[in-house]
Amino acid sequence: MAKYGLLIDISKCNGCYNCFLACRDEHCGNDHQPIAAPQPYSDHFWMRVIERERGAYPHVKVAYTPIPCMHCENPTCVEQAPDGAVYKRPDGIVIIDPVKAKGHKEIISSCPYRVIFWNEELQLPQKCTLCAHLIDDGWKEPRCVEACPTGALLFGDMDDPDSEISKARKALPVEDLHPEFGLNPKVVYNGLPGRFIAGSVVLEDNPDECPEGVKVTLKGPKTSLSAGTDNYGDFEFEGLEPDTEYLITIEQPGYQPQEHKVKTRIDTYLGDIVLNK
Amino acid sequence: MKEKIFTSCTVGGPVSVHVQDGVITKVRPLAIDQKDLKPWTIEAHGKKFSPHKKVTVAPFALVERQRVYAEDRIKYPMKRIDFDPDGERHPENRGKSGYVRISWEEALDIVSSEMKRIRSNYGPEAITAISGSHHNWGLVGYKMGPLSRFFNILGFTAIFDNPDSWEGFHWGAIHTWGFYWRLGAPEQYDVLYDALKNTDTIVYWSSDPDTVKMYTAQESSQWRLWLKELGIKQIFVDPFCNHTAVIMGDKWLAPRPGTDTALAEAIAYVWIKEDTYDKDYVSKRTVGFEQFKDQILGKEDGTPRTPQWAQELTDIPARTITALARQWASGRTMLSCGCRGGWGGAGRQAYGHEWGRLMVLLQAMQGLGKPGVNMWSVCQGAPIDADTYFPGYADPDGSIARSSAASYIPVNPVKQRLYRILFPDAILNPPIAWKGEGFCGQSIEQQFIPYEYPMKDHSEVKMFYRYGSSFMGTMTQTNKWVEAYQSPKLEFVVNQDCWWGGESRFADIVLPACTNLERNDISEWASAGGYSKHGSNGCNYRVIVLQQKCIEPLWESKSDYEIFRLLSAKLGIENEFTDGGKTEEDWVKGMYDISDAPRLISWDELKKKGYHVIPAPDNYKPTPAFRWFYEGRDCDTPDPLNPKRGTEKAKELGTYSGKLEFVSQSLSQQFPDDEERPVVPRYIPSWEGHVSDLAKKYPLQIISPHPRFSLHTHHDKHCKWLGDIPDHRILKNGYYYQTVRIHPSDAQARGISEGDIVRMYNDRAQVLGVVRLTERVRPGVLHSYCSSGNYDPLEPGKAGTIDRGGCINLLSSVRILSKNAPGMAPNSCLVEIEKWEA
Repeated sequence: MAKYGLLIDISKCNGCYNCFLACRDEHCGNDHQPIAAPQPYSDHFWMRVIERERGAYPHVKVAYTPIPCMHCENPTCVEQAPDGAVYKRPDGIVIIDPVKAKGHKEIISSCPYRVIFWNEELQLPQKCTLCAHLIDDGWKEPRCVEACPTGALLFGDMDDPDSEISKARKALPVEDLHPEFGLNPKVVYNGLPGRFIAGSVVLEDNPDECPEGVKVTLKGPKTSLSAGTDNYGDFEFEGLEPDTEYLITIEQPGYQPQEHKVKTRIDTYLGDIVLNK
Repeated sequence: MKEKIFTSCTVGGPVSVHVQDGVITKVRPLAIDQKDLKPWTIEAHGKKFSPHKKVTVAPFALVERQRVYAEDRIKYPMKRIDFDPDGERHPENRGKSGYVRISWEEALDIVSSEMKRIRSNYGPEAITAISGSHHNWGLVGYKMGPLSRFFNILGFTAIFDNPDSWEGFHWGAIHTWGFYWRLGAPEQYDVLYDALKNTDTIVYWSSDPDTVKMYTAQESSQWRLWLKELGIKQIFVDPFCNHTAVIMGDKWLAPRPGTDTALAEAIAYVWIKEDTYDKDYVSKRTVGFEQFKDQILGKEDGTPRTPQWAQELTDIPARTITALARQWASGRTMLSCGCRGGWGGAGRQAYGHEWGRLMVLLQAMQGLGKPGVNMWSVCQGAPIDADTYFPGYADPDGSIARSSAASYIPVNPVKQRLYRILFPDAILNPPIAWKGEGFCGQSIEQQFIPYEYPMKDHSEVKMFYRYGSSFMGTMTQTNKWVEAYQSPKLEFVVNQDCWWGGESRFADIVLPACTNLERNDISEWASAGGYSKHGSNGCNYRVIVLQQKCIEPLWESKSDYEIFRLLSAKLGIENEFTDGGKTEEDWVKGMYDISDAPRLISWDELKKKGYHVIPAPDNYKPTPAFRWFYEGRDCDTPDPLNPKRGTEKAKELGTYSGKLEFVSQSLSQQFPDDEERPVVPRYIPSWEGHVSDLAKKYPLQIISPHPRFSLHTHHDKHCKWLGDIPDHRILKNGYYYQTVRIHPSDAQARGISEGDIVRMYNDRAQVLGVVRLTERVRPGVLHSYCSSGNYDPLEPGKAGTIDRGGCINLLSSVRILSKNAPGMAPNSCLVEIEKWEA
């Protein structure tokens, strides 16, 4: 028996929203019972794309995180739903039964990932089905994966060691979204954004030249890193732990060293750091 | 009933359309048999790069179903309620009054008898007609087909399109490197190969290929991941940290709008001072460098173009400008100036031609054509079979108006012309004059032809046949269109479209057309042909698609071909229009027959399968763009448009000198004293920029680049799913407002918070939107996409009233690039913004 899963590679996602739109095209107004009743034309985000802006002018990036149902190994929605209204198929896909779940609005709040939506018209909780109705029909992947232009979404049988997804899961440092929930999702991620600390070094006595190769070190509770500024005088430490205190030290022979304490509540661009003689 | 699956092609890529019981249920990327896809391979730096074995689609292709069944489809022929062709016409009520449903017979009678009346009273030139662009796809049904064929038979005052997306390269770069046959854009053959093999750095200057790549869906997204994988540095110059920049960028430089040329001159200054340009190339392949050098060093006007000088104008630190210049010159650098190599928004601002020219000249200093040194859109240039012929809609052969598939090719007998961006002025304040034919693809001299409207001994236009509805969102200062539409001079206005759009409500008679998916057609994906020959090299595979009628035309809509056939019957020219009785299906087969497709796939097989893939040849030999020029060889790129190819001048570019021109020879000859487009390009302060007097009253510069989630105005208003993408629109109080980006410091100064409805205004217009606070725009700049498909004035039919739909181009100025260059400049636009209490 196959065990299906999804690998979402953030490093390949350009935020085109094809996954979100393909999901709506597949499900809005289309009845796929017994797997899924029609999705309403708006308000639902079975495949939601979260856009996170990182940094500050002029050092900015965006991380896009597509979030479908996680199809957990230990799904709280299945646990908490009455009368088998939510169930896990042998292939791992978690399905909300469109008949049994009718009227059970409480199912929405059983999911810590907040990926279940209430259909007011049908009085039904609904969510991503990994297009199980298509998979059962012989399709090789759900609509979101088919529509992904970069290969950021990968679907397949995780029990088959030769499947693309199995190989990618081995090769990449995949992680769970919110591992603290402890639900063992079958949707895993590569490249989930951490935090960065960046800045631009300027020399007080030579402000019209970008200082390249200025030594910048970062010290945190578990990390110690060192880098040189690039040709623009910029430095960046990427992939840091959130909510952690780091100490940045900038040293250049002939100049007074500087220290900056940064807590990574958000990504931080320190702006121009002027080194004095 | 069993599901049926049809093939079609859209502006967003080829699709499979699923239909159940006569209703479209899904539209997905064309399901191609894996056996039909033979991907090419490019080897570079010990790695092999091959595209996915699938086709991609643009986001807007995935909302085609919603677009077909949109609430705002025009369902029936309609007549404006207070329009009486035999009595009071009330042109002043256009845009205000409602409509009443009429029969097709009545509609055709009114339109045809008005045509007869106006022709006999004023002559054929009193009728004018124009289409918008890109709302559909397919050779037979595309705008260049039925509309042109019909009006060429009838005779009419044709309206020149302005090159609205690439004004700067059209009116500028042509005078620097030729390529008039590509309307100023460069050849793009095998630049992907060149970049992967040879390039160290790509400078994207006003270039965002993840947003704008025309018809090529998202085929090039994968290429940019390869560039990243190879560690090729990607630098972005743009007032907005654009969509490609936020995921690919190694560095973002944000000049104030209108100062790109100052930055360019300062880069040249660093290279000259530090002696880091290719002197051998400059001496052999260019003309006029000494004069340019004198200008840059300040010998001509006492102002050396130093990085410090540019810092004052651009607000980019001088040290950063110097660092960019050094990085650029230290390795092999490609320059990307937007889709098709020149579509960047910097070319759509005051004196935008200077930007186009300086971009070319920077690469001239670095040896354009040297391995890895090129001009690249970063969304074209894949290996392609360039020999197999299949027409595109802009090829003479690809339009039923001009195709060799027809036995009779009508020629418009009327010589009078109008010019699109000046259309309102032509109606309101004639006479008007301008220089240039709009798309000047036949010669450089076409740009110099003087035009006047009305032409001597010609009538002004009295009837406007408008096909499509896009101009409120896409032209400039578009409240003028409201005034023009209400002019009594326009005795009769028709609008033919699939959807109620910004302009349809200004028509006296509205005719319902059907969409792509409701008629038969044939096409090649992403291949427009014409001046963008081989455009499908922006895709990983060439795909010919038989566009099958998926459902019958909805409500009482009809195909454009059928509408014009019915009209031609009323006018007694049906036989000429239909070329002796051809149906749409006959034309589809005719297009197949005149192409090379019959030797690749039989008609029966194509009908069965719906598509055919043309692979790149097995023994593919890359011929990178400009390499021949760099090496002093005859042009070896397969560009059939290059008029010097295969002649004794095959080593030359298309300029007068055959070289890259620091001193433009064509401008020297024609306009030697034009201070607004001088013979040597330079920074000229914008007539509506950060240093203008107007900036005291309206201190914010708004830029309105091409949208990411709609093409042109299309898909936007009809497809509510797009409204749930916060980059595109934002739902507030039950209304999908245009998204407006503003820097937090500018918002705070005005008491504006995230998600507020705001009013943007200047002396020309007022437009509402919802703000997103973002660090992605530089302070002092607003960003909101152009091409809103929704024109929704609070007081319908009143010019200057608040538009809730988000047409940023109501705010822009109709002033042209410079006095002899009639391009539009929407990115030179000053506004103020305030919180709006609805």
